[in-house]
Amino acid sequence: MSVSTDLVPPPTARTAPAAGVVPLRRPGRWISAAVVLVVLAAVVRSVITNDAFQWGVVAEYLTAEVVLRGLGLTLWLTVLTLVLGFALGTLLAVARLSGNPVLAAVSWGYVWIFRSVPMLVQLLFWFNIGALYPTLSLGVPFGPDFVSISSTNLIGPLAAVIIGLTLHEAAYAAEIVRGGVISVEQGQVEAALALGMGRGRILRRIVLPQAMRSIIPAAGNALIGTLKGTSVVSVLAVQDLLFSVQLIYNRNYLVIPLLLVATTWYVVVTSVLSVAQYHVERHYARGAARALPPTPWQRLGGRLR
Amino acid sequence: MSAATVVRISGLHKSYGTTPVLRGVDLEVRQGEVTCVIGPSGSGKSTLLRCVNHLEKIDAGEVEVDGELIGYRRHRGRLHELKDRVITRQRASIGMVFQNFNLFPHLTVLENVVEAPIGVRGLSRAAAVALGEELIARVGLAGREGSYPRQLSGGQQQRIAIARALAMEPKLMLFDEPTSALDPELVGEVLAVVADLAEAGMTMVVVTHEVEFARRVADTVVFLDEGRVVESGPPSELLTAPRHARTREFLARVL
Repeated sequence: MSVSTDLVPPPTARTAPAAGVVPLRRPGRWISAAVVLVVLAAVVRSVITNDAFQWGVVAEYLTAEVVLRGLGLTLWLTVLTLVLGFALGTLLAVARLSGNPVLAAVSWGYVWIFRSVPMLVQLLFWFNIGALYPTLSLGVPFGPDFVSISSTNLIGPLAAVIIGLTLHEAAYAAEIVRGGVISVEQGQVEAALALGMGRGRILRRIVLPQAMRSIIPAAGNALIGTLKGTSVVSVLAVQDLLFSVQLIYNRNYLVIPLLLVATTWYVVVTSVLSVAQYHVERHYARGAARALPPTPWQRLGGRLR
Repeated sequence: MSAATVVRISGLHKSYGTTPVLRGVDLEVRQGEVTCVIGPSGSGKSTLLRCVNHLEKIDAGEVEVDGELIGYRRHRGRLHELKDRVITRQRASIGMVFQNFNLFPHLTVLENVVEAPIGVRGLSRAAAVALGEELIARVGLAGREGSYPRQLSGGQQQRIAIARALAMEPKLMLFDEPTSALDPELVGEVLAVVADLAEAGMTMVVVTHEVEFARRVADTVVFLDEGRVVESGPPSELLTAPRHARTREFLARVL
């Protein structure tokens, strides 16, 4: 019988144009594409032929030991800040969403103050904490102290950087997590409550997995922002990626090629993170669309077949 | 011989801010009985149902399920709200089905059904899966265990929501307008499942707009208006020969 073949077109039918239908011609598309390609070609040509870029020097320093050590510091500073920042941020978000008015107000106040102060200003504050509080002590408020330490000894440049970046990150992370949680429909919580689930279990099993869909893109932004934001620590002479190349070009004056070395690494790491983000997003998209979108590799495979 | 009382509501008052929603509701549901609550929108039907499993706090009165006060304990003549953990335990034996299904979209059909039996009742995964598959088959959706809720029609989603509630083996089922969000042609398949449950002897309170369904399945129909029970009785009386003018008006509009 031919009925089934009539109803289900062969797979190739989708790509082949239907007979008798002439698609609208769009000359504007061709013209704009041509203009953009010409501009792009000009930019690429100048980057390649301008000797001031000194690509040879870039290649030479790209994997220099100092640079790699700086890259390592940048990477672990980013990861540490992200983990600590999101841990603190999640606590702040939970406090803000809790029914406790004091906790909610304190959380709001934290986000307000730490989003208001530029990261660089904050880092300088932490670096100079000794001027504000010469000693840090543990004890009863308005009562006796148990332990007392000089704060300049306790908080060196690296500690100042970690504290400053984490507190800054936490303020943004709190809003990202809170935004994700309130994006989950209230009916989800009610359904879970009606099933006899407890608050903690509902948060873990029902709310957070759904909140992740809106948390991940924003967190990916935050992660990449932090990666590049760590470059401000070079101001405190912490030897991150940027400070490392600065050390080199202060000696040999090859400023541009060494900035390109740092740029190349920032681009490489950001690219890796973007790909990772894409796959994490796919993971949390389960059940969100009728079919999962193909990965770029699957898409490419489809084209080549 | 009269069956045991499962739900006993007396003098229930509830306001949202200064707007009174329930103004002294009394209601009894006996074991194995189906009670349909009808009434105009804004009459407090859904709120009444949500007070039964303490999704809403009450202002005055009592709600008892199986002889146990829900959400509160009485101490020196006053009601004290119970701890979350106790309320959670009370809710576990009361199934609820929502107007908008509220299936968990990130979990498959089977995961939706087994989530609470494993996490709340403490069933082993194998036992929960066996129970889940049986219930999914019972609502006529065997073979769809691996689908996600969005891949199902509204009627199928609501049937899964019913299976999910049944997986807790509740002693009472609450239905909050289970067919109001459905396309007309899908209403029948959901009502058929509800009617099957009634047949099997499940104690149920159903808030509904489907008067014909109430006529067929209900043991008692309750007409609620402006936060009060205007009248209640078997469908043969209340739906065919209502005593109150307001009931007659309402029925004339919906029938």
